[in-house]
Amino acid sequence: MQITDIINPENLVYEKPKLLTSNTMHYCPGCSHGVVHKLLAEVIEELGIQEKTIGVSPVGCGVFAYNYIDIDWQEAAHGRAPAVACGISRTNPDKVVFTYQGDGDLASIGTGEIMHACNRGDDFVVIFINNGIYGMTGGQMAPTTLLGQVTATTPCGRDAAMNGYPLKITELIAQLPGTSYVTRQSVHTPAAIRKCKKAIAKAFTSAQEKKGTAFVEVVSTCNMNWKLPPVEANQWMEENMFPFYPPGDMKDGSKHDIHPNNTVKS
Amino acid sequence: MTEEIIIAGFGGQGVLSMGKILAYSGVMANQEVSWFPSYGPEMRGGTANVTVILSDNRISSPIVNEFDTAIILNQQSMDKFEKTVKPGGVLIYDPNGIIHPPKRKDINIYKIEGTLIAAEMGNVKTFNMVVLGAYLKAKPVVKMESVDLGLQKSLPPRHHKLIPLNLAAIQKGYEMVEKVQSA
Amino acid sequence: MGELRLMKGNEVIAEAAIRCGCDGYFGYPITPQSEVMETLMEREPWNETGMVVLQAESEVASINMLYGAAGSGKKVMTSSSSPGISLMSEGISYIAGAELPCVIVNVQRGGPGLGTIQPSQADYFQSTKGGGHGDYRLIVLAPSSVQEMNDFVDLSFELAFKYRNPAMILTDGVIGQMMEKVELSDFKPRMSPNEIEKKYGSWATLGKPKNRGRNIITSLEMDSHRMEVNNRRFQEKYKQMEELEVRYEEIQCDDADYVLVAFGSSARICQKAVDIARNNGLKVGLLRPITLFPFPKKPIGELAKRVKGFLTVEMNAGQMVEDVQLAVAKTKCSVPVEYFGRMGGIVPTPLEVVEALKQKLIGG
Repeated sequence: MQITDIINPENLVYEKPKLLTSNTMHYCPGCSHGVVHKLLAEVIEELGIQEKTIGVSPVGCGVFAYNYIDIDWQEAAHGRAPAVACGISRTNPDKVVFTYQGDGDLASIGTGEIMHACNRGDDFVVIFINNGIYGMTGGQMAPTTLLGQVTATTPCGRDAAMNGYPLKITELIAQLPGTSYVTRQSVHTPAAIRKCKKAIAKAFTSAQEKKGTAFVEVVSTCNMNWKLPPVEANQWMEENMFPFYPPGDMKDGSKHDIHPNNTVKS
Repeated sequence: MTEEIIIAGFGGQGVLSMGKILAYSGVMANQEVSWFPSYGPEMRGGTANVTVILSDNRISSPIVNEFDTAIILNQQSMDKFEKTVKPGGVLIYDPNGIIHPPKRKDINIYKIEGTLIAAEMGNVKTFNMVVLGAYLKAKPVVKMESVDLGLQKSLPPRHHKLIPLNLAAIQKGYEMVEKVQSA
Repeated sequence: MGELRLMKGNEVIAEAAIRCGCDGYFGYPITPQSEVMETLMEREPWNETGMVVLQAESEVASINMLYGAAGSGKKVMTSSSSPGISLMSEGISYIAGAELPCVIVNVQRGGPGLGTIQPSQADYFQSTKGGGHGDYRLIVLAPSSVQEMNDFVDLSFELAFKYRNPAMILTDGVIGQMMEKVELSDFKPRMSPNEIEKKYGSWATLGKPKNRGRNIITSLEMDSHRMEVNNRRFQEKYKQMEELEVRYEEIQCDDADYVLVAFGSSARICQKAVDIARNNGLKVGLLRPITLFPFPKKPIGELAKRVKGFLTVEMNAGQMVEDVQLAVAKTKCSVPVEYFGRMGGIVPTPLEVVEALKQKLIGG
């Protein structure tokens, strides 16, 4: 039997989402980015919004996201993706816009932009990859690095006295009235991947319905910089990240639910 | 004709809006005009001044060192601007709040009791229009019809009901101004 | 003839934006330009033309909102004053690197640092030589009247889209805050995505239809050879601007022995200085660069062949004087080029200019 005899439609059990390009991904083996990219490609395809979706890629490992998903993209300056997405979505209210950001981009240099976009309730989706470390620049401390975690800039482990505490930015975001759906997911098991896909689909639907900013954190691994093989990285994540960053929905609503009682009496 | 005017006083006295109405009157009379204010937080309750230029020709610099007319509404402005009036020029002041009256002998000086007149008219906010009336008597650079049109243009429509009151205040200032020195 | 109004320079920027079919304004308050956004908010153009106006959380956010909207082919602008432009410089560099059109208005105040809110022209270098990182240029227009504040908004958009490059209106607190008569432009409708695509090509990110590849707005290129190709393309574009887009005004230069060179509000002061000098029997003219980049090197070179000297008048420590010196040096004429200016928010007076001219060039 030849390989060509096997490659035929009735034997097909799985195929690459149509919106994933055939470019070879630059991500390290075991990295969560590839899985989340695949989920995004599937969701955009299944919702039939390819022709009106614009992605905004960050500075960080995700910078080249535009090489992998076959839609229009803008590449933003470090941390500024939410401002860029705001500019696109405000002037193109009929489009579907999302940002794809890491923890350094979103929770450190871009804290101002993400807070204010979510507070304004700009109608776009935020995909937030939190692996507790700077990947692209070579394993430095991120705002979400755990206490005691060793990184290139915390060689003796993160010390609260010196570096402050890990930032639960998603919990802060969930407090903002402009957000619609805020959730924390992971992609380390098939079940988690299925759940995460549902969450991403819900976020895109909610942004399309103009309910506010929809925010999906994906607690992720960075086995290269964690210096752990993929399987051990997944275990380390469950043991160390999940207690501090527990997966689950934090908010499911709409910016229109809010009727603030602190409006001035004119 | 080119008339270079400085109007100076406290923020809140209507210095800038008096300048704007005068400038708009110039526009309505088909003159070239410029209006350049002091600006920024120092105006909030502090001193405010505006340079207005009306001319039959293209205005080159909107900022000038000396003036044909200085309208002075507080002591700080007197200290600062009395010396900037061109010899033979005009200085108009409201004595209310002025401790040291002008000393120059080479200029024409007019006095207008703007604060008192406005209070007597029952609306202290018309103070700046009383002073504008005084100025128009001393220097009839624009006709009253143009001032009427200037008011209509510079006030938002919701304030147009106040135009008759403003015109009355201008008229009052025009009548009550007193020349206290000739150059 | 269009509608005649008495307006502040800053207010006119807002009105001109609405009338020329601007799609969006993103900004942050700073003296002395806050009237731009205040006027827009008062006018509510979203009801009239659909133009978006948003007060951003910072200048950093504003310029990146511009990046996003411009990347989707929209006519968008921001305005700020010197410290705010410094904050925007990162974003401006990205916009130049990603080759996006947009208009940035800088109503300059004095620096460095928080400096003063009073007028200044000390951002000449920042605007014409870079400001942000990397080899890029802005198209820089310097209005010297409220009328030009109106006229240059539309012109800036045209140039920005023609070259897919950010354009800056470099003005200052004098022109921004003063009122003059202005003939407002007629209303132009906003352009539809199709019209933009037809006129300027299909590069905007508006969602990828099946019949074309991905449009990607980025300034990133990891391959040095390809990045050098990009840089060469940018430089070619800037050279083309230097050939085609130089704008300037000569006032009484025909018989002039001495020429003042000044832009923006300084040029207004110099017009009066020319009058005063001529009344004193001095043959003085004024060359007013309207585009600061591209700089009017050629006309200055031409004048260098027949005048006795140049005096630049700037509200800074002497920045444009370097460009005039370069333009003169190129002609190999040994004509003196001097500078006179005031700093810290002080506006030079016409008399000071005439005095400086006498002292530095004429003698006596």
